[in-house]
Amino acid sequence: MRNFEYLAPTQVKAAAQALSEHEGVTAVLAGGTDLLSLMKQRVANPQRVVGLRGIRELHGIAKQGGGMRIGAMATIQDLLDSKAAGAYTALMQAAKGITSPQIRAMGTVVGDLLQRPRCWYYRNGHGLLAMHEGKSMVPNGENRYHAILGNKGPAYFVSASSFAPALIALGAQVTVADAEGERQMPVKDLFRIPGAEGERENTLKPNEIVIEILVPSVSGWKTATYEVRQRRLLDWPLATASVACRMSGNNVRDARVVMGHVAPIPWRSSEAETALKSKGLSDGNAEAAGKAAVAAATPLSGNKAKVQLAGVAVKRAVMLAGGRSVV
Amino acid sequence: MTIPVSIAINGRRYDREVEPRLLLVHFIRDTLGLTGTKVGCDTSQCGACTVLLDGAAVKSCTCLAVQADGAEITTIEGLADDGGLHPLQESFWNKHGLQCGFCTPGMILAAHEILRTNPDPSDEEIRHGLEGNFCRCTGYQNIVRAVRDAVQEETS
Repeated sequence: MRNFEYLAPTQVKAAAQALSEHEGVTAVLAGGTDLLSLMKQRVANPQRVVGLRGIRELHGIAKQGGGMRIGAMATIQDLLDSKAAGAYTALMQAAKGITSPQIRAMGTVVGDLLQRPRCWYYRNGHGLLAMHEGKSMVPNGENRYHAILGNKGPAYFVSASSFAPALIALGAQVTVADAEGERQMPVKDLFRIPGAEGERENTLKPNEIVIEILVPSVSGWKTATYEVRQRRLLDWPLATASVACRMSGNNVRDARVVMGHVAPIPWRSSEAETALKSKGLSDGNAEAAGKAAVAAATPLSGNKAKVQLAGVAVKRAVMLAGGRSVV
Repeated sequence: MTIPVSIAINGRRYDREVEPRLLLVHFIRDTLGLTGTKVGCDTSQCGACTVLLDGAAVKSCTCLAVQADGAEITTIEGLADDGGLHPLQESFWNKHGLQCGFCTPGMILAAHEILRTNPDPSDEEIRHGLEGNFCRCTGYQNIVRAVRDAVQEETS
């Protein structure tokens, strides 16, 4: 790891001021699970690192205004231990997928949202778009874990966040601070598909910090997350789905269906949502939602299997939300 | 550029000047000479570097020493008092919970974390709690037996 200047401010404003306007020159450190691995591999080489640990107001999870606030330093274990979080089934199920206790103790929920893609081309120094002689190496390369949706190029990696699909399904917002002040936006708007090398997969400006996540009340909603995994432990899932359904009796009044690990951003499926609307959460309707979610998928040379897996993730998430077991 | 840190390890406070990039595991092993904590994969996967940070198990290869400033760390050397063995160390010994021994300090501290949060875990819960630790020798059977044995020792 290259050496860097380390700052440990105690105020959000000071932290924002310490961040440069040039991407790559500075980095924000919360738990460090992703940042330190990127720095060890010299994929990230910040000259200045701003640690958030000393900012008291960024710690903890609490009820707030009928919903819940998750501070930027709140860990995954904090979420699992939090009474305020218990009602958010989709979030808790996503948290349980992160299996190493040591990582749950250090890794933060916001850090999970902002972790960089796991694409092996990116992690091995080929850049986020894996370009070689003007062309991406991914579409005909080693792409079995890459995108099946939103993959018209030049980005083919998948969003790696465990919590983003659930937070988007729950209608959560983030508060972003810079030296001038704060703004709020839907979690969905944190993500974008980069169009050129040098652009990131998130919309944060280089001097901005996500300081909290605000999750609205889930009263009247049924929510769930299902992850399809190659193995049970210490790995990212192959495909995930989070669903949130506002019920009117036994029928779905509003549905949000968001898939993870299938596209460069968390992928909201209006097709699956339409398939559920005004219907019950039966196994048959769950299956139809799963099929609809991947009907428009465009797999690459080596990841056709992910289409089936993503459809199953949606189907099982809907079944879980309906209170059924999926084995 | 160096930064002053004050970190308590096994009950003794150490004030040192460190480079910001110094990992906690290297602070423990190289700066202080406590080599019970191992560096295995150096990528947060294997758990050989597990220590307790303010009581909770963490991977010290993916934590900067400056992140631990002001914290209290326990390494394998600090688990037992006065040269004796901790019940977990006894049970790993008795149940042959190790072969080469490289993963053992991390395994024992991960097991410590299991028992801290759940004093009477099932075998399934023990295995779940050890998901962040790799052993390439034992096949885990005797490690699970050792953790279970430590529970019985504590409760008998």
